[in-house]
Amino acid sequence: MADAKVIPFDDDRRRRRTAGASEPQHDAWPGQGEAGEATGTGDPSGAEDASEAEGGTGPAGGGWEERVAQGLAFLRRRLTGEYEVDEFGYDAELTDQVLLSFLRPMYENYFRVEVRGIEHIPDTGGALLVSNHSGTVPLDGLMLQVAVRDHHPAGRALRLLAADLVFTLPVVSELARKAGHTLACTEDAQRLLERGEVVGVMPEGFKGIGKPFAERYKLQRFGRGGFVSTALRAGAPIVPCSIVGAEEIYPMVGNSRTLARLLGLPYFPITPTFPWLGALGAVPLPTKWIIQFGEPIPTDGYPAAAAEDPMLMFNLTDQVRETIQHTLYELLVRRRSVFF
Amino acid sequence: MGRVVLVTGVARQLGGLLVGRIQREPDVDRVIGVDVRTPVHQLGDAQFVRADIRQPAIAGVLAEHRVDTVVHMDIHGTPLTPRGSRASVKETNVIGTMQLLGACQKAPEIRRLVVKSSTSVYGSAPRDPAVFDEGIEPKAPASGGFAKDVVEVEGYVRGFSRRRPDVAVTVLRFAHVLGPTVDSPMGDYFTLPVLPTVLGHDPRLQFVHEDDAVEVLRMVSGEPARGRFHAGTFNIAGAGVLLLSQCARRLGRPTLPLLSPAIRWAGSAMRTAGLTDFSPEQIGMLTHGRVVRTARMREVLGFEPRHSTAETLEDFARGYGCGLLPPEAVGRTVDRVAAGLAGLSGERHEEKEPGSHG
Repeated sequence: MADAKVIPFDDDRRRRRTAGASEPQHDAWPGQGEAGEATGTGDPSGAEDASEAEGGTGPAGGGWEERVAQGLAFLRRRLTGEYEVDEFGYDAELTDQVLLSFLRPMYENYFRVEVRGIEHIPDTGGALLVSNHSGTVPLDGLMLQVAVRDHHPAGRALRLLAADLVFTLPVVSELARKAGHTLACTEDAQRLLERGEVVGVMPEGFKGIGKPFAERYKLQRFGRGGFVSTALRAGAPIVPCSIVGAEEIYPMVGNSRTLARLLGLPYFPITPTFPWLGALGAVPLPTKWIIQFGEPIPTDGYPAAAAEDPMLMFNLTDQVRETIQHTLYELLVRRRSVFF
Repeated sequence: MGRVVLVTGVARQLGGLLVGRIQREPDVDRVIGVDVRTPVHQLGDAQFVRADIRQPAIAGVLAEHRVDTVVHMDIHGTPLTPRGSRASVKETNVIGTMQLLGACQKAPEIRRLVVKSSTSVYGSAPRDPAVFDEGIEPKAPASGGFAKDVVEVEGYVRGFSRRRPDVAVTVLRFAHVLGPTVDSPMGDYFTLPVLPTVLGHDPRLQFVHEDDAVEVLRMVSGEPARGRFHAGTFNIAGAGVLLLSQCARRLGRPTLPLLSPAIRWAGSAMRTAGLTDFSPEQIGMLTHGRVVRTARMREVLGFEPRHSTAETLEDFARGYGCGLLPPEAVGRTVDRVAAGLAGLSGERHEEKEPGSHG
């Protein structure tokens, strides 16, 4: 356990930079393979070959007919209902081919997300990704999902745990379910981890995402640490994850409690531009993002009753929280500017 | 001497099917069907007793025939006759169950009680886990309607099993039963020419095929196989999950997304017209959906449905025919477009965009 507390930032970064430079761009039409199904080899080049072979000619010229044929085959499956969803409503095909391709321009060109330490997410089996939460609007979760799907050698699908508010809203709830998100509750999280999925959780919840701009990058309380006992029960490693850049997309300088209560929201953000500029004010600032995954904290060495031990839960929760907080500070010190 | 099985609610198709199936069991001597109305379908050699389970007379029926197994199927969300009222349905569900359980308690020969319950007991709420285990208590208790009936019925059944520990009590919580012959609220809904849906929601649904429903009821009404237990509460659903949009496309029926207040009005209008029942809990179902875990059914009960959720829907579609937009025709149209495009050597790549709304 002792070595899990040490996060070798520098080594990690150097390794990641060289790897990241040569990382090929993913085709907008990734392989048809079942999401979350790892290739098993863990060899990035192998995974790339597979997706290249299935994805046809790729973005290079001359492949338009095949692209059209693929698009029509996709349209045919969609219109006749011949596709599969899992028990949580996750529609892997729709997520990979449509939902994520809407997010990719934002991910690649707008926030220019830099991913480090992605190899800390295992190639197979369950893992619990614990991340900080910020930005007034949960774009950080969506960007995290793109990062894991596109940059992980096994192309793993991230299953995010979302607040219940998400599932009461029309359209949002439908899209969230289809993108593989589910309610942040022990039952669902444990079920997903036992099935060997990568589950993403942001334990700060509304306290983190709706905190004022002055408190940026200060981690809020991590709930009751339920995520640790869930990971322990499933024996899944905890991967701490720090996201830098999301805090500044909507600098929340005020919170209108009256409006929030009227609309039934946990907070109503007031930023220098929103709601003054209307829809224009809802455009996020183009900050530069860094997503850093830390060393996984193993949870399989504990006895069966450990998940009921409150002391151990608090200690592990603190350890995860400290790791994320330190990484955040580390990344902030090295960051050149908010926007570059 | 063989078993004597009493089945309530035999005037409905599922009850009738079960009576027919149980008669063929080698160890069953007699099957007694009970309902308030004479069934229109044949019950074979089974004896039909016209009795109202809401009346104490049901105790006499149990004693007279020395019944040892009771299969209580008379728990429904919709009235037996189209003109029946919701109040009478509730009375049959709740008072009927109370009377029947009271009669069972007084009958010393009873060894086995099977109750056909519903996954409605979990309700449909956004704050509940996505997948329900038998042990999960819903966060929002049922406020009324069929869901509340089922919660109350299961409460009485639990009370009964405490008072009569010698009786093996099985509660089967069925997902929507669909099939070519049985009618159910979900089946009625799927036969509408245009399916009204709740705008911005795509619920997850699970179905049980009528044959599987009859089979599991037959199985638990008999002696358990070695190493299996029938007593307890079990979710019964076919494997896999379908979204409502998927069901509509596979059935070839167009959908009409409505805002939730509008669907309530449409629902009451349709109820008045006698088309289908659009109860508040069904609207909740169409908004948030419901999925249950069936691990206990497989592992403890040892029952594996022969039809998955998708196969059940397919069989249902075969029975009722396709809607206005048969999937084959849609598929052919897309194929024709593909062929046309191939002729044009693929200059119009924007064709793939309409599919983006899933």
